Amino acid sequence: MRDARGQIRRLPGLRLWLSGTWLLLLVLAAVFAPMISPHDPLEQDLFAARLPPFWEQGADPSYLLGTDSLGRDLLSRMLYGARLALTVALIAGTLTCLVGATLGLIAGFYRGWADLVISRLVDIWMAFPPVLFAILLIAVLGTGLTSIIIAIVVIDWTRFSRVVRAEAMSQGAMDYVASAQVAGRTRLGTAITEILPNVLPTIVALLTLEMGIAVIVEAILSFVNLSISTDEPTWGGMIAEGRTSIYQAWWVLVFPLFALFLTVLSFSQLGEGLKEHFDPVLR
Amino acid sequence: MNYLSIRDLTVRLSNGLPLLRKVSLDVEAGEVRALVGESGAGKSMIGKAVLGILPRAARLTGGAILLDGENLETLSPKERRQRIGAKVALIPQDPLTALNPSRRVGPQITDRLVDILDWKRDEAEARALELLNEVHIQSPDRVMKSYPHELSGGMRQRILIASAFAAEPKLIIADEPTTALDVTVQKQILKLIREMQERHQTALLFVTHDLGVVSKISQSLTVLYAGKVIEETSVRSFFAGPKHPYSRALLAATPKYTDPDGSLMPVPDSVISAVEREVAAFDEQLNG
Repeated sequence: MRDARGQIRRLPGLRLWLSGTWLLLLVLAAVFAPMISPHDPLEQDLFAARLPPFWEQGADPSYLLGTDSLGRDLLSRMLYGARLALTVALIAGTLTCLVGATLGLIAGFYRGWADLVISRLVDIWMAFPPVLFAILLIAVLGTGLTSIIIAIVVIDWTRFSRVVRAEAMSQGAMDYVASAQVAGRTRLGTAITEILPNVLPTIVALLTLEMGIAVIVEAILSFVNLSISTDEPTWGGMIAEGRTSIYQAWWVLVFPLFALFLTVLSFSQLGEGLKEHFDPVLR
Repeated sequence: MNYLSIRDLTVRLSNGLPLLRKVSLDVEAGEVRALVGESGAGKSMIGKAVLGILPRAARLTGGAILLDGENLETLSPKERRQRIGAKVALIPQDPLTALNPSRRVGPQITDRLVDILDWKRDEAEARALELLNEVHIQSPDRVMKSYPHELSGGMRQRILIASAFAAEPKLIIADEPTTALDVTVQKQILKLIREMQERHQTALLFVTHDLGVVSKISQSLTVLYAGKVIEETSVRSFFAGPKHPYSRALLAATPKYTDPDGSLMPVPDSVISAVEREVAAFDEQLNG
């Protein structure tokens, strides 16, 4: 019995470690970008344009991952790009979670007209194509970090509301909620001390998933040139540039794309791992 | 002196369908009253109405619930919550869902003492340990720190019983507390409830569909059919011979240990239709 459980439990541990390591590296890269970048990410050198990564022929070892068509160092640009990606992931992810989970909890636990209003709002929201909605919002708000964060929160809060609402509803029907109320808990007290802890593992999993999604949304907006100022290096912007020279210099596209992929995957795996770690029954 | 007195309690679904039809019922201080009836008769609904945890679709449309001489329906929600919290407790049906899975057991027992009765936390914890001893739980220290899923169903029901007696309530509503347990554990739990009730002199409203249990635990009983009180009597006279034909049929339907080969006796259709007619006639008066 104990052995069988040990087998099953090893996997989430590995998952947590791998995803955690990549995200930690990313945080370090973002924080120390000015110190560890081998080049200025904005410095152009047309004589060193489209240099391949170090293992290919004709590479310049000082440009470890090669250069783009304007001769800018890819590695340095990616390190700086991590700053924006992580800022957006953390701030937009957390804000979206707070807004969405709160509304979901209200709808699922208090039911009645609050649920009616919130659920209809979710239905309406979900009918919008999210990317077009984001582009529309940025067009109205103007480009910039704050606009991106607002756009992500406005678009994605429904993801949390729907799931948290359903979860709060099923928890609300449990006997322990009735017992708590018989013992004199207020409605609000019940929601916070009884329902919330049981919904929390789900919220944590969704939060990390949302951070990954925020990174993607930011990349999409950068890709269509609607993120922050065009000078600043972003992964989405790099992917957009790389797309134009895919046949001459594949690395310009592939490296930022791979970083994006690993980051989003790590966030979602981190969430799954944490969910299992937090859940007292699974633990 | 009646500690709980329910007068003409009517509960309806939001579409007007009555679930409880002018139910009147008294529980004296220190008395054990059983509330019996088949599934859907409204047994649990009475308990829920008293505790103020009626399901969303059900509404109290008439009657009064007097607790310790005070009409609960005239109180503000806050006052009501405090009265119930201090004076009444619930032993729920399913011990598996009645404890919050993500909180440790200890605080779930002490919550009421700290929140409603303003006890200090360490006093409340000492009291909880004492209670866990009373319900015969070994190593209560460890149990206090456990999560519910680490404990067996029987253990959890013991904890819920300890928790119900924690604030020395004057009335406990036990909603089929042994139904979800297997038979060997049922007997222990029943004995424990009885023991605790006698020690603490608590009035007990014991909801059950098991007449065998009734004879072991209670002094008086109320028979319910379709949300209407059919018979109200002492346990002794009930088992000597119930007055109402439905109660008689119900008693006859109980399987007997003394006659294991005897076939089960369902309640006859003629009795059901008679009692249905009685309820229908009552409804005309109720709605008219």
